[in-house]
Amino acid sequence: MNVSRLAAMTWARTLEFLRDRSSLAWNLFVPVIMVVGIGWVFSGPGRPLFTVGVVAEAPIDASLHPFLATKHVHFYKEDDLEGATRKVQRHRIDMLLDLRGKPGRYWVNEDSPKGYMLERLITGSEGPKLERQTATGADIRYVDWLVPGVLGMNMMFSCLLGIGYVIVRYRKSGYLKRLNATPITALEFIVAQLISRLALILLITVAVFVGTNSFLHFRMEGSYVDLFIVTLIGAVSMLSMGLVISARVTSEELAGGLLNLLSMPMMVLSGVFFSVDGAPRVVQKAADLFPLTHLLNAARAIMLDGATLADLAYPLSVLAGMAIVFLALGASVFRWRQS
Amino acid sequence: MILEAVELAKHFNPGRAGTVRAVDGVTFGVREGQCFGLLGPNGAGKSTTIEMLEGILEPTSGSIRYRGEPLDARYRQRIGIQFQSTALQDFLTVRENLRFFGALYEKNAPHDQLIEVCRLKDFLDRDASKLSGGQRQRLLLAIALVGDPEFIFLDEPTTGLDPQARRNFWDLVETIKKRGKTILLTTHYMEEAYVLCDEIAIMDHGKIIARGSPQSLLAEHFSDVVVELPLDALGDRTWPFEIIRSNGSAEIMTSDVNGVMRTLLDEGVSLAQLKVRPRTLEDLFLELTGKELRA
Repeated sequence: MNVSRLAAMTWARTLEFLRDRSSLAWNLFVPVIMVVGIGWVFSGPGRPLFTVGVVAEAPIDASLHPFLATKHVHFYKEDDLEGATRKVQRHRIDMLLDLRGKPGRYWVNEDSPKGYMLERLITGSEGPKLERQTATGADIRYVDWLVPGVLGMNMMFSCLLGIGYVIVRYRKSGYLKRLNATPITALEFIVAQLISRLALILLITVAVFVGTNSFLHFRMEGSYVDLFIVTLIGAVSMLSMGLVISARVTSEELAGGLLNLLSMPMMVLSGVFFSVDGAPRVVQKAADLFPLTHLLNAARAIMLDGATLADLAYPLSVLAGMAIVFLALGASVFRWRQS
Repeated sequence: MILEAVELAKHFNPGRAGTVRAVDGVTFGVREGQCFGLLGPNGAGKSTTIEMLEGILEPTSGSIRYRGEPLDARYRQRIGIQFQSTALQDFLTVRENLRFFGALYEKNAPHDQLIEVCRLKDFLDRDASKLSGGQRQRLLLAIALVGDPEFIFLDEPTTGLDPQARRNFWDLVETIKKRGKTILLTTHYMEEAYVLCDEIAIMDHGKIIARGSPQSLLAEHFSDVVVELPLDALGDRTWPFEIIRSNGSAEIMTSDVNGVMRTLLDEGVSLAQLKVRPRTLEDLFLELTGKELRA
């Protein structure tokens, strides 16, 4: 491989992308708008200071217990004690009350400052004393869970369209034929496309992450370096997938259809917005076929649970394996020109 | 010979019924320093031939040798190609395109020289997608020359240009020829082939049907000249010579111009608008292929 040719091709492609202002704006601002919008919905002002789940047979009001009259606390009814306990463990709620028996019980997470405050309130309140239960776990907001999904989805579209659609456009316009008449090799061309797109995707993703994190303050239990490595491998895997689509296709319409065929199920099944944990097994198996699923699982494990690269051997090896298979397949069937 | 094609053939869908023999065993050679023209009507096989010679299309059979050697990876470093229509990367200026394509070759022609020869100076920093037809063709020629090639393929380089831009382009090609470059040119314009080419090959149905210098081919096939008159001037009379009528004019092919003029004067035909011209490559083309080249 000739480094000079590789560098020239990478430079030219990067310049093209950076000067295509509409495309750049789309790639940069859409994820920001989505994260900020969702962050505003889920983290905006006016929300109660505390959230408390209540398991009770009667409607929840002060007649059940005087503590329920406390201001600035959002009480809501929970039916599933076990599920609600997990929410306390994960800090998705600040306290859980079970007022069905005598004495009633309450759960707090000893790691939660809000849980501590609520416990001080409930022990100082009037009414029957409640039995203390404890739960421990990580504090996870929906926005913390969502951010890897939105950034991953943006990466997916950028990878698939940035490689798949662009190469098909080059082929259709005859630009690939022109390049084929120069000393550049197919491998040099493909690698240049991957490097250029990869660099831009990583740059944009990091910029969006840092920008939105400055005011949404995502939970980050693990290492930023690990997260970057996972993002890098995931992006290479999805770029390679786009390469397979573009390797021979000559019609932009067909390429668009194929890319939609891949991206839409990936967006739904890979857990961008909602987890598919409760979905049928066959759906979960189908989700495992997509690189985005493994990327999001790995990224969330790092951000929310503090997982290390060693803990993520499975998703990382699946992503790396997919990248190798897709790259080999794409490079072997790549065609410069329309037949 | 710097480039030789021997029994070169390209068949599409080989082995199936309906196989198209786009190129059917052509043999010719291009001498170093000459401008060789490949002419033919649409579908004659000249584009397929040139793409095989450029090394971007694999022949079904036959061989191509450059300086006596089969085509290899070094060949791409030694040739420059200007396609009939080529898309360039969006959002790159003329200068950036030159720099980019230059980086793909081991050696480069001096860019300043290219800019001067191809007259790119006035729009060097303009986005290549915003160039006029003539400017774009000059840039594409500069790109074809950027690797300082020994051999240049020009595939219908002036199609779509206005007459002035076409003649300007011919001047550029003449300049390149003077620098000792070898050129293989395909064109739809017979005048272009006549002006630029030292030797031409006419293709039809995938085969070469005539080959030689434009002058020798005309001398070989024609001993007559063309007498042209407005069609109205001849009326409906019967004449002792064959008349080809087209687009309001009558053409009389004859080797006895004096005799034709005497007959016309005897019949009271005005010769005020009479023109006598030698046979052209276009006439040769029509005679050999039976088709209008620009059709």
